[in-house]
Amino acid sequence: MGFFHALWSYLPAMGQGLLLTIELTAISAVVGFIMAIPLVVGILYGNIFFRSLCRLYVTIVRGTPLLVQLFFIYFGIPALGFRIRPFHAALIGFVLNSAAYQAEYMKGGFLAITGEQMEAAYSVGLSKWESIRHIIFPQAFRFSIPALSNEIIYLIKYTSIAYIIQVEELFAQAKYFASDTFYHLHIYLLIGVVYLLMVLVVTKGADYLEKKMYIPGFDVSHLK
Amino acid sequence: MPLLKVNDITKRFGKNTVLDGVSFDLDKGDVKVIIGPSGTGKSTLLRCINMLAPPEQGSIYLDGVEVTGSKTDLYVIRQKIGMVFQHFALFKHLRAIDNVMLGLLKVKKMSREEALKKAEYELDRVGLSGHTDKYPAELSGGQQQRVGIARALAMDPVLMLFDEPTSALDPELIGEVLQVMQDLAKSGMTMLCVTHEMGFAKSVASEIIFMESGHIIEQSPPSEMFTAPKNERTKSFLNKIAELYGGEGF
Repeated sequence: MGFFHALWSYLPAMGQGLLLTIELTAISAVVGFIMAIPLVVGILYGNIFFRSLCRLYVTIVRGTPLLVQLFFIYFGIPALGFRIRPFHAALIGFVLNSAAYQAEYMKGGFLAITGEQMEAAYSVGLSKWESIRHIIFPQAFRFSIPALSNEIIYLIKYTSIAYIIQVEELFAQAKYFASDTFYHLHIYLLIGVVYLLMVLVVTKGADYLEKKMYIPGFDVSHLK
Repeated sequence: MPLLKVNDITKRFGKNTVLDGVSFDLDKGDVKVIIGPSGTGKSTLLRCINMLAPPEQGSIYLDGVEVTGSKTDLYVIRQKIGMVFQHFALFKHLRAIDNVMLGLLKVKKMSREEALKKAEYELDRVGLSGHTDKYPAELSGGQQQRVGIARALAMDPVLMLFDEPTSALDPELIGEVLQVMQDLAKSGMTMLCVTHEMGFAKSVASEIIFMESGHIIEQSPPSEMFTAPKNERTKSFLNKIAELYGGEGF
């Protein structure tokens, strides 16, 4: 049986795997981003309690391997008496991990904004939180787009390690295929190309977003 | 009762005392110009008045309300004090019109139409009606500073603070900003300006305050300050300014 013939019968499973990879990446990126906002704001503008809490979180997540975090969730949650599906364990792991990294990337964007912007916002009567929301965040976000798109690219590739905790994503499906058919070289080459294509789509998407949100004075091309 | 009463304020940054017992008054319609060498606390003094840099000691009253009071609503006070920054400090992601409208929408809670009308009026007042849709990066320094003035004026302040509004500008752009400030002074606005523009100080100010090392050294009308300064330090400072910018020394 030739490679393509063998692949044909595995296509539905491969498709399922690809879908899981996309789901893991997309949800982790979006929910991670939403969680990263309070984290970075806490680190930069929070009182000592929130600042310490947010810093501790980022330090722990950045200081431990992603695989350790995934195992901790996958085996830790059942140990507390809750059942959890591998996909959900992976999702929690990736979201929590990505939030910390995205917060750190956005921190760079926030720090690129001069203190005078905040003073100017205060001087028209805005509160601290209004100033952050209307003045600082929209500018910081624009500066963060190149770094955040990098995070999505990392996520696409990192989701492949979810196979270790039994998530049947794209890489896991390729592994099953290789074990069954012995087309190791072919299938890993093929899914390598699939990952590359996904990365290219994200890169193009980020370029589009950058162009769409372009404002004179906010050229971020040098940050790539 | 003066509109602004600054009473014996002291401001420190770490061990460095930047303002040391500064007191002065400003009546409604007064224009006072603060001069002095750099690093004497002129900008810090302005930042104390709108509590961007709260003083450690002393008190400040605006319209009879204690700005420095612990229960004062700073957001209400700051609406009454317009501030113009040395480096313009425009919101860089917003067009000129949105820079002016922001405070009206988010602080004064005006409707969009009302805010737009008011912002257009203020931009027209500073001669920028043709530039409302431009982003700060598309405007010259002088135009940016005029947007900064319009943004402050839109909140209908009772007092305007100018922190070296022309010192970051190319010489040929200074005039347009000074013109707006002069018109504003003529309209009766109460103004406190930190500037090295002695021509402006002479023609518009009711009083000049000379500061050095966190103290007010001398305070007198321009006619006195520029013809017969009492203090030696004032004399030597004005001589230096005259050397740099032209004009008569002592």
